[in-house]
Amino acid sequence: ELRERLRSVKHTILVLSGKGGVGKSTFSALLAHGLAADEAKQVALLDIDICGPSIPKMMGLEGEQVHQSGSGWSPVYVEENLGVMSVGFLLSSPDDAVIWRGPKKNGLIKQFLRDVDWGEIDYLIVDTPPGTSDEHLSIVQYLSATHIDGARIITTPQEVSLQDVRKEINFCQKVKLPIIGVVENMSGFICPKCKNESQIFPPTTGGAEKMCQNLNVSLLGKVPLDPQIGKSCDKGQSFFSEAPESPATLSYRSIIQRIQEYCDQHHFHEEKII
Amino acid sequence: ERSNLAGVRHILLVLSGKGGVGKSTISTELALALRHSGKKVGILDVDLCGPSIPRMFRVQGSDVHQCDSGWVPVFVDQDKSISLMSIGFLLEKPDDAVVWRGPKKNALIKQFVADVAWGDLDFLIVDTPPGTSDEHISTVEALRPYKPLGAILVTTPQAVSVGDVRRELTFCKKTGLRVLGIVENMSGFVCPHCSECTNIFSKGGGEELAKHAGVPFLGCVPLDPQLSQSLEEGRDFIREFPKSSAFPALAHIAQQILDGASQQSS
Repeated sequence: ELRERLRSVKHTILVLSGKGGVGKSTFSALLAHGLAADEAKQVALLDIDICGPSIPKMMGLEGEQVHQSGSGWSPVYVEENLGVMSVGFLLSSPDDAVIWRGPKKNGLIKQFLRDVDWGEIDYLIVDTPPGTSDEHLSIVQYLSATHIDGARIITTPQEVSLQDVRKEINFCQKVKLPIIGVVENMSGFICPKCKNESQIFPPTTGGAEKMCQNLNVSLLGKVPLDPQIGKSCDKGQSFFSEAPESPATLSYRSIIQRIQEYCDQHHFHEEKII
Repeated sequence: ERSNLAGVRHILLVLSGKGGVGKSTISTELALALRHSGKKVGILDVDLCGPSIPRMFRVQGSDVHQCDSGWVPVFVDQDKSISLMSIGFLLEKPDDAVVWRGPKKNALIKQFVADVAWGDLDFLIVDTPPGTSDEHISTVEALRPYKPLGAILVTTPQAVSVGDVRRELTFCKKTGLRVLGIVENMSGFVCPHCSECTNIFSKGGGEELAKHAGVPFLGCVPLDPQLSQSLEEGRDFIREFPKSSAFPALAHIAQQILDGASQQSS
């Protein structure tokens, strides 16, 4: 059943981090916007953070509801070629808490994959909660029906984050999930007034760069802090359109390009095998 | 048989629906501030996937020993005024992921609550992972017989965080956990070079939420590179950086907790 539904998905990217609050959802939203800029591509963004679903707000879809049809649940569309699904759409009030233990969360994730009528998709982006638990095990298990191109791992520069992210990398290795690469987010802040840089989250142990070297994974890029990012997320607008000249935009775009190249290589490799 | 929590005077939980807002940071700084007020403090870290507390006190790599009544918590220094328990101490290799589903997590949390020989403590701070799931349900259930003082909810100012913390407030209501107040963390950044204040993560969302929900607002804590550095190195920020921008807010939060606790005692 799952296999049938997922047959029409060309590329799947998981956005992970052992650590909370490093910018997974922010990046997932921007990755979705970035990939959907090519109108010929069909992009799907699946939010499996069941306790803290941030994606509806970030995509400007707060308050939207999910509709059912004969072919299943309809994703909520931001653009014609960008559809979103999140538990956020199933809650009637912003105060509603989803206080579920693991098995119930797993059930919903399975439903999201089985019952949502995504149609033909070029890219399925899966935004995850922090950690290495039920949601992560389940998504890897359920998506084994299709193939996962890889995981994009996000961190901030300081050791407090890196120590959790190393565990996430270990998780990926344990479940044989390829790692596309690591993004170091919140990497420095340039004061808008005096233009001096401050390391608010200091890379005391060498930051993501050192960690990637030690663990032999790619560093896809570093993104600086920009107050406009938080504002855009809160307003549900694409940061790319709000601040096209920001150094953060340039960093994000270059990272998205690298992910696209990785996926294209993958596809080519698969075709060669066939 | 005397319970291991019988000698603990006040239990408080540090919660947030949102990840990365500073729960472990606030837990750590609150413990340090309470210690400086002469209190004996324990921290129970129930974040099983991302245990941050050991490093924040520079005791990562410590071993946990057993005694007759259970596990001996790890003391931060010779004074034994701060003691810790975390899964971080139980891992053979610190980079190993703890890839457990709910039931296994629940079992360890029950043990953490019942089997750590805390001795006599003025405060036990329970640091939690983000969310409203297994860890939270199990922790609240296990602590219920000991009547916790309540919960501090941590948020950052922007709407995306506040949105999740609203859900955490609902969790507290549903589980009968008293909300001691909301802390708005990462509230503004003062450039150390020119003193210009930039609201990197917006401003005011935590205060508004407290007003809207009718719970006390405990204060705004600004972003402070000295605080981040202290946490990285496991230093005592409260003692070493009393002039830094985050200190007044953190001291004020601790004072409100002390006031609340003495009210409850009387």
